[in-house]
Amino acid sequence: MKITVTVNGADYARDVEPRLLLIHFLRDELGLTGSHWGCDTSNCGACVVWLDETPVKSCTVLAVMADGRRVTTVEALAIGTALDPVQEAFAVCHGLQCGFCTPGMMMTARWLLDHNPDPTPEEVREAISGQVCRCTGYENIVRSVLWAAKHDGPAEDEVAADEASGGHQ
Amino acid sequence: MQVPAQVEYEKAASVQHALALLARYAPGARILAGGHSLIPMMKLRLAQPEVLIDINGIGSLRYIERVGGELRIGALARHADLLAAPMAGDHFTILHDAEAVIADPVVRNWGTIGGSLCQADPSEDLSAAFAALKGSMIVQGPDGSREVSARAFHTGPYETVVGPAEMLTEIRLPIRRDSGSAYLKVCRRAGDWAIGAAGAAVWLSGGLIADVGIGLTAVGAAHFVAAEAEEFLLGRPADEESFARAGEMAAEHCNPPSDQRGPADYKRHLVCELTTRVLRASVRRARGLEPAGGRAP
Repeated sequence: MKITVTVNGADYARDVEPRLLLIHFLRDELGLTGSHWGCDTSNCGACVVWLDETPVKSCTVLAVMADGRRVTTVEALAIGTALDPVQEAFAVCHGLQCGFCTPGMMMTARWLLDHNPDPTPEEVREAISGQVCRCTGYENIVRSVLWAAKHDGPAEDEVAADEASGGHQ
Repeated sequence: MQVPAQVEYEKAASVQHALALLARYAPGARILAGGHSLIPMMKLRLAQPEVLIDINGIGSLRYIERVGGELRIGALARHADLLAAPMAGDHFTILHDAEAVIADPVVRNWGTIGGSLCQADPSEDLSAAFAALKGSMIVQGPDGSREVSARAFHTGPYETVVGPAEMLTEIRLPIRRDSGSAYLKVCRRAGDWAIGAAGAAVWLSGGLIADVGIGLTAVGAAHFVAAEAEEFLLGRPADEESFARAGEMAAEHCNPPSDQRGPADYKRHLVCELTTRVLRASVRRARGLEPAGGRAP
């Protein structure tokens, strides 16, 4: 079946089998291997991408269901070499060890902060509760998302002043 | 690696179009909504439809609105829609209690209300909630639509009254005064299916229980309902003694399986305790003693 999917702003037309899963379409057809293929049962969340504006588990969505829709993957977070604050946060706060869950965690985190710029630790935990990390015990991931919330958006000098006052963990 | 077997795919542009496709391909066709039950079943070959009819493009099936004295929920409303709808929480706190513990936030973004009901998994939460609320389902087919009581919708595990050429389009819930509702679920870890869960809706008249619905999840209750406990409560005072006895009756009359989630006697214990608690919470909510949006205790 012929489909056209807008992935990270670019249109891709492909002829795919209806049974092809979105995660395999992204990785195998388009070469976008940032999204990870994990448990295959919509439990682990390594494959989270945005379908239109919504985070979904792409192992449980067919590629044909994305026909005519927009998909956003972890590859779209950085602009050139400028990291998204969420990416920077995971580096600064050691929000990953092996990195397998990280693309999905970051896509959910970015969506959370876009809709709730100042979440509580409990809200962060709830947001990532459908995603599994076997390295960090989640503590550093929560810390990363809160760091990103603090460093999202404000001008450089505000961040500098904040850091000088020891305002973040 | 899990992939579904080969399948044909059709995209429905409207309910009429979906029904025409169903008529053409039934019984080998399945409606594809969020797919969060169907696609995993297809991966395991527990479901192997010949044709998928994707209804995600039918925007007119995704709504939560009040019409007269009813709340109406389009079959394509996502779990996240219901959880975010103040109208649902204002009138039926049980729905927000239940939605908050269905799978996880990302699954709730795409999984649909209608899909969950039609999957009819015995451990699915909304079936008990809608049964407690004494709602109804609108089923459309080639000969028009019919309204089915939520309590008659399920005919067994993974089976509903929806025929091969029919589709669920709407859920209707009567809005009534002096009512309160609650849902409580015990599971092994965040996002898991229930070991056991109970939901209640109580309608008060003075200090007495004028009407009551009790739904049970994952414990082998016929039609997801604790009918004997409901009957016992009718006309009784809304007090601790009534709640406790209703809990015991619910536990006695359900039929939970012993499985990897626990032995049957433990599940009966859960049913007793959870039923008592949701009745207590429902009555407190009906009396305005709990703030809107609060979780059941």
